[in-house]
Amino acid sequence: MATMEMRKDLFADERDDNLNVVGKGLQRQDMPGHVTGRTRYFDDHGFEGLLHLKIVRSPHAHARIRSIDVSAAERAPGVKRVLRGADVPVNKNTLLSLINFGKDDEPSLAVDKVRYKGEPVVAIIAESEAQALAARKLVRIDYDPLPTVFDVEEALAPGAPTVNETYPGNYFEYHERFDHQKLRFGDVERGFASADIVMEHRYQMSPIEHAPTETNGTIAAPDQNGRYLVHSCAQGLFFSLDTTAKIVGLPSNMLHFVGGTVGGGFGGKVDSLTEPLAVLGAMMTGKPVRFVLDREEEMLYGSPRGAERIYVKDGLMRDGRIVARYIRSYFDAGAYTRLSSYAAIKCTAHVPGPYWIPNVASDIHVAYTNRCPSTAMRGFGVTAVDFALEVQMDRLAEAANMDPMEFRILNAYRDGDMKPHRRAAKNTALIECVQVAAETANWPLSEQARRQTSHTGGAGERGQVPATVIDTKGQIGRPDTRAGTATQTLPAGTMRIPLSKQPVMDGSRDGRAAPTQVPRYEQVSPAITPPAPPPYTSSPYQSTTSPPASQLPPGPPMPAPVPPPAPAAPTQTQHGAVRFSSVFGTRRR
Amino acid sequence: MARHEGRGMASVNYPIGMNLGGDPSQALIHSNPEGKFTVALSAIDLGQGMKQVSRQIAAETLGVPVEDVFVDTADSDTGPHDMGSFASRGTHRMGNAIIVAAREARGVLLEAAAEELEVNAADLVTDGRGNIHVRGAPSKTITVKATAQAAQFKQGKTIAGRGIFLIPLSAVDAETGEMNPNTAFAHACLVADVSVDDETGEVEVLRMTSAYELGRVINPRMVEQQLVGGAWMGISHALYETPEPYYPSIEHGPRDFNEYLMPGPGEIAPYHVTVLERPAPDGPFGGKGPGEMCANPVLPAVANAVYNAVGVRVDELPITPEKILRAIRANGGVKPGPRRGGPVNWR
Repeated sequence: MATMEMRKDLFADERDDNLNVVGKGLQRQDMPGHVTGRTRYFDDHGFEGLLHLKIVRSPHAHARIRSIDVSAAERAPGVKRVLRGADVPVNKNTLLSLINFGKDDEPSLAVDKVRYKGEPVVAIIAESEAQALAARKLVRIDYDPLPTVFDVEEALAPGAPTVNETYPGNYFEYHERFDHQKLRFGDVERGFASADIVMEHRYQMSPIEHAPTETNGTIAAPDQNGRYLVHSCAQGLFFSLDTTAKIVGLPSNMLHFVGGTVGGGFGGKVDSLTEPLAVLGAMMTGKPVRFVLDREEEMLYGSPRGAERIYVKDGLMRDGRIVARYIRSYFDAGAYTRLSSYAAIKCTAHVPGPYWIPNVASDIHVAYTNRCPSTAMRGFGVTAVDFALEVQMDRLAEAANMDPMEFRILNAYRDGDMKPHRRAAKNTALIECVQVAAETANWPLSEQARRQTSHTGGAGERGQVPATVIDTKGQIGRPDTRAGTATQTLPAGTMRIPLSKQPVMDGSRDGRAAPTQVPRYEQVSPAITPPAPPPYTSSPYQSTTSPPASQLPPGPPMPAPVPPPAPAAPTQTQHGAVRFSSVFGTRRR
Repeated sequence: MARHEGRGMASVNYPIGMNLGGDPSQALIHSNPEGKFTVALSAIDLGQGMKQVSRQIAAETLGVPVEDVFVDTADSDTGPHDMGSFASRGTHRMGNAIIVAAREARGVLLEAAAEELEVNAADLVTDGRGNIHVRGAPSKTITVKATAQAAQFKQGKTIAGRGIFLIPLSAVDAETGEMNPNTAFAHACLVADVSVDDETGEVEVLRMTSAYELGRVINPRMVEQQLVGGAWMGISHALYETPEPYYPSIEHGPRDFNEYLMPGPGEIAPYHVTVLERPAPDGPFGGKGPGEMCANPVLPAVANAVYNAVGVRVDELPITPEKILRAIRANGGVKPGPRRGGPVNWR
């Protein structure tokens, strides 16, 4: 049983509720189709002469491939074509190459080595599923097993076997400089030294299976004019189209993707697990090809939510204020990057949770292990760290002898508070959520806690960027720098990243009751450009590279003015959508 | 041997859209000669309701009945580029793109009506029921249908619009982590009441009570569907699911739903949600997005409730009976925490 109520009284002065359609619980456009079983999913499309593709997968978590013999499989009844790595036009990709983030590190079909149990090595295309499955048993692959590593911290220890040669240290490389993504705000060491209580705990998030009702799959069929019609279950239609175009070496307009109605995704249909090989199969055979994971494949080899190990260290005052928080965490990417590199950045932006803490730092690592690559899943980058943070908050409240709700309200972020990634919080509502949940659950709060609001008590001194201690800990290729110490202190107010051009929303002009806010990209008045970051050294082995603090230009006052938008940098010519210039200084290869 | 009840809570926020921006969405809208609109997208409906959210936002902005709008998605030949349905971005990003497109189409619609009525387009309003009339003069009116027919067959106007919404991609500073991440955040606080059996180690979630702040709610029934389904997924994450029960060992992986543990109907807890709406300054009608966050507070709230019930911390998910029994034993027995509040204020 579930019930929902709306509290229209809260924030009422920030809304105009006089709308016609928005806010109404209307029946969904697609509901009649769903409840009568008439909705068509990717697999509800029949084609004459449809062929079926099945995958031969690695039985080893890590092994060199000595030889592959497909001759018996090629002669098996019904088999039309056997695909190997050499048949894939671009047999190395990374999903976020579409935004120029990270290096191509994953083959569609393994060539020299397998890096996890279940990795695809050979694809068999036959007239029936049964024939493809039978021929799968005839493929002879000679493996030479290699040492494995499954624990994220063991993977980063010296001497660990290299999982993925693209990232030889078993870590994703950030900014071509560090083996992790840093967050530095204030001075956490000084915060811990000044705290009444210092507490550190370790948390472990499990991998999770997406378990969609509809398993991953694709049907690709040759169409007119050399084009291919692709029925896809992708969560990002053009994301998948562009990924496929790159791997099979076709201009993007040769692919006609149709999808949009998906039987559950939760992040598990972002990776284009089946689209490229289905299209390649259609190209190679000239026939429609269906490639669908069965339930066991979906569960074992459809990428899961990645495990995360998180260490949270807090400095707490006896009155309940948190004065310092440091987080060290490890994303278990499995054998290939997929989207873990992005999740670590999202996690960095989320630290320290919805609280204002004057000194915050984090080191977020992405580690490669010999398990099935993990990927996006509902809230990844946030869900696991929220588990760690909120259990830690429960512990801290107890240590401060405070009620957990009151403790949240005391430390909650409010409008105008500076977040550790150096942008002010706005439009906050944590305090109100805590108050309403307490009231509904009949959890008593003090009068003082009930009087707090997100509108007041923030900004001011809490809205400033503090002087910040930075370091060169964890340089690429230098495990000896993992325990490095502070190298300099950036002056208070230091900003290095220009504010993004934000859409300006304007209201309705035609007298409608509804305030229709429309994003417009209006030029903001010209302003001072924030100071440029110090130049980075090109050598990852050079140690202290930043200029001393005295040479850095002073930061602008907050809020920093908006610089005029820069013209888009010329981008590499690739298939599909517009590419962005390098995000993190990591070039595609 | 006994069952011990406990209560725990957690509060969270959640970023809406791809963390660093750089995730555009486009929309195209056009009318047929009878004033019926089609919204062409490439967004994906995973069951979360992308089509209906798009439809309601389009109808609201156009000023026409919702029945006169259908959403066509996703065909890469007809639907313009969209980054995809993930990162809780659909409502916020695509909703804004649709508003831009619908505003443009509405502008042409009103110009065509103005020509027919021989008035100034700026003086026209829509009633949301298929009529356009002069502000303050309801008798001087024309239907959307007659306007569209005139535009198509008499005036030669296309009642159409195109829209895009983009928060540009942000760089990240290597040394400080400075960046321009999401512009809109949703908020939540959740209370879990559990019962822990100190003989079997089993945890039952008795009920959950939460408050979610999601910006403007576009469709309350679909918000409820997301929040309730997501909370049950949260129970599953907290107590049941793992493909690697002895992580980091890869052994004992489940192969199907017989072996992969998930809650059944008997484990679904009664749940009450209160929704708050603090509109996002850059959201469509102030909307944010309830997509991903609805499982998040459940995991720690259940863990904290287990601690309140029996005094053990399980810091490795999922919280299995085995882990609870081992922890109770290591703790020298059950140590219940203080009772928090009384019976919930909802039925």
